[in-house]
Amino acid sequence: MFAPQFDYYRAGSVAEAAALLAEHPEAKLLAGGHSLIPLLKLRLAAPSALVDIGRIDSLRSIREESGTIEIGALTTHSELASSELLRSRATALAEAAGMIGDPAVRNRGTIGGNVAHADPASDLPAVLACLGAEFRVTGGNGDRSVGASDFFEGLMSTAIGEGDILTSIGIPTVDSACGSAYAKFAHPASRYAVIGAAAALVVDEDGSCTCASVTLGGLVPAPVRATAVEEALVGTRLDAAAIASASGLTGDALDADDVLGDVYASAEYRRSVAQVWVQRALSSAAARCG
Amino acid sequence: MSASTFGSGIRRREDPRLITGTATYTDDIVLPGMLHAAMLRSPFAHARITSIDTSAAAEAPGVVAVYTGADTEGEIGPAPCAWLLPDSGLSIADYHCIAKDTARYVGDIVAVVVAESPHQAYDALDLIDVDYDMLDAIVEPKESAAEGAPQLHAEIEGNQAFHWTVTGGGDIGEAFESAAVVVKETIVQQRLIPNAMEPRAALASYTQATGELTLWNTTQNPHIVRFLMSLVVGIPEDRLRVIAPEVGGGFGSKIAVYPADFITVFCSKKLGVPVKWVETRSENYQATTHGRDHVQEIELAATSDGKIVGLRATVWAGMGAYLSTAAPGIPTILHGLMLSGVYDIPAIHEDVYGLYTNTTPVEAYRGAGRPEATFMVERLVDLLAAKLDIDPAEVRRRNFIPKFDNGHDVVTGLTYDSGDYDGALTKLLDKAGYDQLREEQVEARKQGRYIGLGLSTYVEICGLGPSQVAGAIGFQGGLWESAIVRFHPSGKVNVMIGASPHGQGEETTFAQIIAGELGVSPDDVKVIHGDTDNTPMGWGTYGSRTTAVGGAALALAARKIRDKAKVIAAHLLEAAVEDMEYEDGKFFVKGSPDSSKTIQDIALMANVAWNMPEGVEAGLEATTFYDPPNFVFPYGAHLARVEVDAETGSVTLQRYVAVDDCGPQINPVIVEGQVHGGIVQGIGQALWEEGVYDEDGQLLTGTMLDYAIPRADGLPDIEVHSTVTPSPHHPLGVKGIGEAGTIASTAAVYNAVIDALQPLGVSSVRMPLTPERVWRSIQAAQEDN
Ligand SMILES: Cc1cc2nc3c(=O)[nH]c(=O)nc-3n(C[C@H](O)[C@H](O)[C@H](O)COP(=O)(O)OP(=O)(O)OC[C@H]3O[C@@H](n4cnc5c(N)ncnc54)[C@H](O)[C@@H]3O)c2cc1C
Repeated sequence: MFAPQFDYYRAGSVAEAAALLAEHPEAKLLAGGHSLIPLLKLRLAAPSALVDIGRIDSLRSIREESGTIEIGALTTHSELASSELLRSRATALAEAAGMIGDPAVRNRGTIGGNVAHADPASDLPAVLACLGAEFRVTGGNGDRSVGASDFFEGLMSTAIGEGDILTSIGIPTVDSACGSAYAKFAHPASRYAVIGAAAALVVDEDGSCTCASVTLGGLVPAPVRATAVEEALVGTRLDAAAIASASGLTGDALDADDVLGDVYASAEYRRSVAQVWVQRALSSAAARCG
Repeated sequence: MSASTFGSGIRRREDPRLITGTATYTDDIVLPGMLHAAMLRSPFAHARITSIDTSAAAEAPGVVAVYTGADTEGEIGPAPCAWLLPDSGLSIADYHCIAKDTARYVGDIVAVVVAESPHQAYDALDLIDVDYDMLDAIVEPKESAAEGAPQLHAEIEGNQAFHWTVTGGGDIGEAFESAAVVVKETIVQQRLIPNAMEPRAALASYTQATGELTLWNTTQNPHIVRFLMSLVVGIPEDRLRVIAPEVGGGFGSKIAVYPADFITVFCSKKLGVPVKWVETRSENYQATTHGRDHVQEIELAATSDGKIVGLRATVWAGMGAYLSTAAPGIPTILHGLMLSGVYDIPAIHEDVYGLYTNTTPVEAYRGAGRPEATFMVERLVDLLAAKLDIDPAEVRRRNFIPKFDNGHDVVTGLTYDSGDYDGALTKLLDKAGYDQLREEQVEARKQGRYIGLGLSTYVEICGLGPSQVAGAIGFQGGLWESAIVRFHPSGKVNVMIGASPHGQGEETTFAQIIAGELGVSPDDVKVIHGDTDNTPMGWGTYGSRTTAVGGAALALAARKIRDKAKVIAAHLLEAAVEDMEYEDGKFFVKGSPDSSKTIQDIALMANVAWNMPEGVEAGLEATTFYDPPNFVFPYGAHLARVEVDAETGSVTLQRYVAVDDCGPQINPVIVEGQVHGGIVQGIGQALWEEGVYDEDGQLLTGTMLDYAIPRADGLPDIEVHSTVTPSPHHPLGVKGIGEAGTIASTAAVYNAVIDALQPLGVSSVRMPLTPERVWRSIQAAQEDN
């Protein structure tokens, strides 16, 4: 498999990358290359140039600053999966990152590339939406911070505009007892999500649920919140029965026309069984509250 | 025999170079002035080519030549089909290496670009302008047989490549009419994509001054490539050297000689420089042969106590758009003749229709015909057990061919060599703890959990085979093997074989055979294969025949050496040949083992020849051509335990236990490895793999993102056991083991899943058993209730 010809530039800083993008409007950013290079090799994309941001070290970090965990766009999936901070404070993200592809993909692929590419079968968009992430974008359209619901616009489309660079992703932290989890039905070949369910729960001292966030990915063009499930959980004690009955409302979140299907798993099937993964994510998240 | 020789699990000597990346594959070979070819392939499954404009491609940077079908006309013949199945109305469509006026599958070659680099060649492909007139496509074999189906080849009526039948034993109609019970099933043996780790490649180097060609090729059978290449491109066989360097797996997909190989040779011949072609993985999926693709309508007749009285089947076998080199023999000879399985079945009848479809040609794929046969028989036996409410193990026992050690005839006309099928099943049930597993199943069902046990008791035909039979069944070649054993003055040994191992480990096991026969250390033996210029003629590595046939040739060559060495030893020890004894590499006079000559002493003397017996030639070397008197028939019994999540339909394979009998094991670790790999490939068919075309003939599973090959995380530890029943006719008693696992495992896993679903009323699910398919079957069964 041979990519078409392109020019290659390596950026030493975010500013330099922004300048290169401004100079070459047909160019694409290259991070870990694990979505872009396959597209090039299959000749499904033919950018005039690649601007490699892969060595800008300042974009590669996980830090906690005043109520937010700030994750640099170039942080790899394996760094997410092994971060103690994420494992304890944003468990679902570390868990999902650890389920991506295989070790080679996790060692090269980045969180920024993953969400910028916005493949509907990716794991991280649903998790980040669930955790209320903010996406920090700089470049062509000025500096801004975009919430998940505005960031993921649809099938492989995001709020990242021409000349923009995603620099980091912020996840708000919660002080009270909380837990989050990600459950995934992986495609047996690609390992991408056929169905992905992310759940984050907050409980009060009595173990009663005060806040629930549930999102679905994999089977929809962009992450979808299961509001009915969330509402059904608030006020319950998150026991098995409460989780099962709330999960049963998963279908309400899924507009039948929007659900994706393919040769492996039809839309109808995915829509029918999605609740099983919601239930699994909720059960783990509930077990982690405390 | 010392511990490190025959029968010992020494490490594979192939592995260090494979693991450290220092092996040399076709693509690693770089020749001065070498150019690179890329094939333009039809993006449509069925289309008339109305015009091709190559002018822009010819002008592209680095491009040296662009050829279309018009340029190869009269220069290279069609890619040959070399298994001319008799009494079947075989109709072979011309497989033009470059499509002449019609493309018949996505991947059919339309033009070739030769350029200075592969990138330039691929870039230029985009510049070739082809006008296609779309034609209707047909992809399903049974539909292809139907009236009104789109026709692929004007000269071939009804898309039918052949209609082959096997009939044996008593009257089949009567067997079914008078039977107390009949069970029926329709099975789709889906299309599979072989996925060898190394894709196909060819490097052709033609010297115009001498008219000689060297071809490096990813092949399982270099001597066959030489033979067919010579016929197709017109280079005499004596000027043609074919080398299979390291070959990264084949599983049958590297038996055929392909259009792209002929084209690469054509390009080198035309341009007078070396030309390399390496397929991309996408091309590998599109154009390297696929396997299976049967629709099988099958039925079994039995008495009320479960004794089988007849088996009848009709099979529609998709052959793809053209007949690949060995394709017609796979769904027929290697399939239909095995329908008795391990059972005593008094009447058998099968019709097999081979059909052209607008898909990639199919070929042998690990097991080749036998997994399709085993699956049919093992499925029917389970259906019979369910119908009569008898345990599947018990139904098998009631029908097993009793133990035999020197020949048993089945009604399809084969003579099995040796077997103890009940012995294998008994060992399996014991190792697996079958009775307890059944109790656990009952308990699990009470808790609403769906656990299933699946059995597969199989026998397979391999070690292909007597050449006389090859001739009778239309195989356009012999099926013997050859070996040269050459002792050097220092006592080290070279073995040259005609077969062509490509991952199976015969460089190790063949050294062990020599060690066992002649008492040298395996470390002192190097096995040479894969180069037609320095190995004797041989028919290749497929059909689990390398050890079963080539290993026999080698053992017999070693015994010739031993006989000659004995004569020389007698001379040196001044004794009569009749008084000589041989043990573990030493020759001595009966009763005085202390004064002996080692095989190395003899090798030195034979090579310097200072003091040879009267009339004995110098040198210590022997050649054997071994044509086996019969096939060999390995067998065994496998068990799978699965759990099905009824809510989602997902299947978890919890346990897999195998008992296989391939006779004496030269190297038990290699046997275990072959069994593991084989089982996993068969599980792949049951649970994950399927090459899917849409109705227009577009391959929907064209990349590894879509086509699911097995991964370690979906598999339990495989428990491997064996019994040992020597083949009566093989000099070492050994049978093949390369395909056995695949032949057994698909049915074992499938039967386990159906067993698990039995309380839910499901008796059939189309393979692969994806969660959705299982879930839908459960839904459908519940609606029926
Ligand atoms: C075999 C395989 C299996 C996989 N399995 C999974 C899986 O199970 N789950 C899953 O979620 N993903 C999976 N992936 C995708 C993987 O996670 C990719 O790494 C990820 O989607 C892209 O990250 P990257 O750094 O490699 O981006 P690249 O490929 O370098 O870039 C992807 C796109 O994002 C753009 N981009 C990259 N960085 C930025 C930035 N900072 N700002 C703006 N735009 C940017 C690029 O221009 C490009 O368009 C798999 C990939 C492979 C090859």
